[in-house]
Amino acid sequence: MGIQRLLIANRGEIAVRIVRAAKDLGITTIQAYSEADEDMLAVRLADEAVCVGPASAKDSYLNINNVVGAAIEKSADAVHPGYGFLAESSDFARAIADAGMKFIGPTADTIERMGDKVAARQAAEAAGVPVVPGSKGRIDSVEEAVSIASKVGYPVMIKAAAGGGGKGIRIAQNEEDVRKMAPQAQAEAAAAFGDGGLYLERAVQSPRHIEVQIVGDGTDAVHFFERECSLQRRRQKVWEEAGADCLDEGTRKHLCDTAVSLAKAVNYCGAGTLEYLYDDASKEFYFIEMNTRIQVEHPVTEMLTGFDLVQEMIKVCGGASLSVKQDQIKRSGHAIEVRLNAEDPLMQFMPFPGKVTSLKIPEGAGIRFDHFMYEGYQIPPFYDSLIGKLIVHGTDRSDAIRKLSAALDDLEIGGLKTTVPLHKALANDPTVKSGDFHTQWLEPWLEAGNLTAPRETGGNL
Amino acid sequence: MAQIFSPLPGTFYTKPSPEALPYKNSGDPVVVGDIVGLIEVMKTFIEIKSEVPGTFSGYVAADGSPVTAGQVLAELAA
Repeated sequence: MGIQRLLIANRGEIAVRIVRAAKDLGITTIQAYSEADEDMLAVRLADEAVCVGPASAKDSYLNINNVVGAAIEKSADAVHPGYGFLAESSDFARAIADAGMKFIGPTADTIERMGDKVAARQAAEAAGVPVVPGSKGRIDSVEEAVSIASKVGYPVMIKAAAGGGGKGIRIAQNEEDVRKMAPQAQAEAAAAFGDGGLYLERAVQSPRHIEVQIVGDGTDAVHFFERECSLQRRRQKVWEEAGADCLDEGTRKHLCDTAVSLAKAVNYCGAGTLEYLYDDASKEFYFIEMNTRIQVEHPVTEMLTGFDLVQEMIKVCGGASLSVKQDQIKRSGHAIEVRLNAEDPLMQFMPFPGKVTSLKIPEGAGIRFDHFMYEGYQIPPFYDSLIGKLIVHGTDRSDAIRKLSAALDDLEIGGLKTTVPLHKALANDPTVKSGDFHTQWLEPWLEAGNLTAPRETGGNL
Repeated sequence: MAQIFSPLPGTFYTKPSPEALPYKNSGDPVVVGDIVGLIEVMKTFIEIKSEVPGTFSGYVAADGSPVTAGQVLAELAA
């Protein structure tokens, strides 16, 4: 039996997106909200609403007991977690299932498995998805390091097997470097962790970030092609595209087909994304992780392919088979999304939780604006700063950038500082226009002062 | 009596981390620039520094409580 009553356990723009998608499917929507979110747009749009706790996310949107309790109280038969908060909590998915409701996402076991980096890497390798080449286990001698390095290919990263994070990582360009660095790394690892064991993997320098959208119904799975999200600041995506123009057809096909193999191998149900590092020079891609949820940037894929991914995930997690076959999914043109945050990009991206005094939204063919604002809305300071996403679709990448520039000029959000000036500058930047960038490009560009206050054009000097 | 105000809306913390001790206790000396608390706004932490010297009287806003811009966070005796 299909879903009748869906609780949306999230807030902001994604809650609005889910409420609208579910209503279009004829489902009764129940919006969860914290005490600070009583006025949010999703509460106004949903059929019903239920408070899940105080402003602080840990006491409301992140409190499993409160959210599950609210779903039971409202007789929901399914829960959509959105992204962030509890979206990738296996405990939450299990609690929902144990209470006899459907979780709009994969099973708790799949979330656990794909959330564990080592298990995910093993599942990926088994399904034929390329992973960063590296040593199978710990390395205890310099000779072993030299031998493995020559197999995985230079440059290589030398890390402590016992360590975590980026501490003590060395990059060796050749055998001579390995002979010099491995003993240093061993001594340092022994001192820091009481274990001199090393781990070695290929260093992918200045990679691009490519990801593949998949949807599975527990048996079958399909892909909706790839996205490129290389423009990042502090590891947060800023600007996303579909497709990735840097890929040739053969590479794209291999990337997307192996992603489907992995999704099928784990009997994936729901929407998911496989994230990869892509090395432009060698045209090689390496799996890094899988996100077991709908992602912020899913609209670019929807614009590229014409499918509604949120509806599709609700349907398959309600028990339906995939509504589409792989050969029915075509890509057309090019789509770009920019994230609008309530931050001042000219003041070190200082958060700006103000009140929306006016709102003028760009309209037209190929323009979409996903957001949760209305005139008079006070953006609460308790959650992240994403206030909306402007998405454009053009005949090709340069057409999409032109459309984006025009749409940004037409967008007016009064009362707030936003990242609109950043996106206007990016859309006009020759490097962005050429597409020749990678994940380490945006931060140095900002540090070099490429983003400055627009000059006053009052008088001629 | 001098007051320290919140420059932004957000969540106020009297301690650098949940396990740590409060930045200031009643009777502590305060010099200009001393950190007296943190405001978490949209997942960013902003240090609240005293703009006046004095002796710390106490926190007015509780640790972990939501605050508005302009709200009194703490008081100092001159």
